[in-house]
Amino acid sequence: MTSPSNLKYTKSHEWAQIQERAATVGITEHAVSQLTDLTFVDLPRVGDKVAAGSRFGEIESVKAVADLNSPLSGKVIEVNTALASDSGLENLSEDPYGRGWMIKIELSNPAEAASLLSNAQYDQYIAGSEH
Amino acid sequence: MLKTPLAAIHEGSGAKMVEFGGWWMPVLYTSITQEHTAVRTGVGLFDTSHMGRLIVRGGDDRSFLERMVTNEVASLQNGRARYSLVTREDGGVIDDILIYADSDHYFIVVNASNCETVLSWFRDHIKPDDVTIEDVTERLAMIAVQGPAAAALVKPMITGCDASALPYYGFAHGSWKGAAVVISRTGYTGEDGFELFIDPAHAAPLWQALTAGGAKPCGLGARDTLRLEAGMPLYGHEIDLEHNPIEAGLGSFVKLEKGFFVGRDALARIRQAGPARRCVGLEVNARRIPRAGHAVWSGGAPVGAVVSGTASPTLAKNIATAYVPAELATVGTALEVEISDQRHPAVVVKKPFYRRG
Repeated sequence: MTSPSNLKYTKSHEWAQIQERAATVGITEHAVSQLTDLTFVDLPRVGDKVAAGSRFGEIESVKAVADLNSPLSGKVIEVNTALASDSGLENLSEDPYGRGWMIKIELSNPAEAASLLSNAQYDQYIAGSEH
Repeated sequence: MLKTPLAAIHEGSGAKMVEFGGWWMPVLYTSITQEHTAVRTGVGLFDTSHMGRLIVRGGDDRSFLERMVTNEVASLQNGRARYSLVTREDGGVIDDILIYADSDHYFIVVNASNCETVLSWFRDHIKPDDVTIEDVTERLAMIAVQGPAAAALVKPMITGCDASALPYYGFAHGSWKGAAVVISRTGYTGEDGFELFIDPAHAAPLWQALTAGGAKPCGLGARDTLRLEAGMPLYGHEIDLEHNPIEAGLGSFVKLEKGFFVGRDALARIRQAGPARRCVGLEVNARRIPRAGHAVWSGGAPVGAVVSGTASPTLAKNIATAYVPAELATVGTALEVEISDQRHPAVVVKKPFYRRG
């Protein structure tokens, strides 16, 4: 699978769609397929501060629990509260780059984006990690 | 890391593979809950070739085994299998096993992670010289076909015996396309089903014939959720060296009246006094899944720990097994389980969580 080219990625399998001083954040299709059978997502509240590379929430599946790490630093300005329901979790499984978005951040340091992976770099990274 | 004769099939079909008990095994193919549901409503297929297989034969093999296990061997008829524990002198569990009585030997299935331990425990303990123990694990593939549709699938495939006529925990010798098969009506899912033992060379074609017949390949993930719903213990969770069969709720497999076996004195004392703690079933009222190691609380204090937990696909509830003080083990007792720094209400429920209709 090829990850969308308009997004930036982390090695912990989050994506960010950056628009000037704001970013939408979610997890990749690869992350969803690794977890499978999602049961729970714990997200921050509007107004919470998040830091690049630090935990902003938690995701759980029948198989495992994983941290959600923020690709970028800033303040949470919107949260996808639909993910609290089972139908929301289905959206996340089916459409991780769209309806499965998690948080929107007002960026405190947009220059951090330079250290994120492009889709080609991310795809290469996950291809390598499967061996 | 060891690979079963079916590893190439698992990898080729895109299964997610993990190391388990020293073996490279599929944890899931598509989805734990889908695989789980296939076994509860149709038929699922498991590669269990990682399970340790031993043959005990010669001399007075029956009396030897009788001294090494908690359940009774003498009354086990030819063609039947029996569940038993192997315990240390202090009653701690070395392994849980199935003993199959065949015409001139006993065939024993042990946990993958304990195979070496059981083998050396049996060999070095009190074995007479004329009893031999052979590890045949890598000489036999093992495939479990489980679910309400298992009998209809397997019966026409296996010749030389009537699979559907086998009693629960019965087994027979038959063949599949000319290859010798041992088929037993056993499993680890709480459903009707069979376990097939066959030469590794025939394992892949047999697996493919079973999937072509409608069986859904299932991984260790579904195997765990199925066994937990069915109230079956998993070594390293409900039972281990630090837990004895009585407190684990497996006292019916401990036959003190049969005479000496290793661990008998300790288990007799524990049964007499009553165990201080018990392994209970819990329903946990939380969005979060209880997992091994989570603390169990009562009256504002930690009193025990979860040993297994999952989101039960059949019950659509979060369930767990946990060790708690015996006085808190009564069905209906309200407890709490701590998950991610938060305590969630839980109640002691009867095991098994699921029983087939």
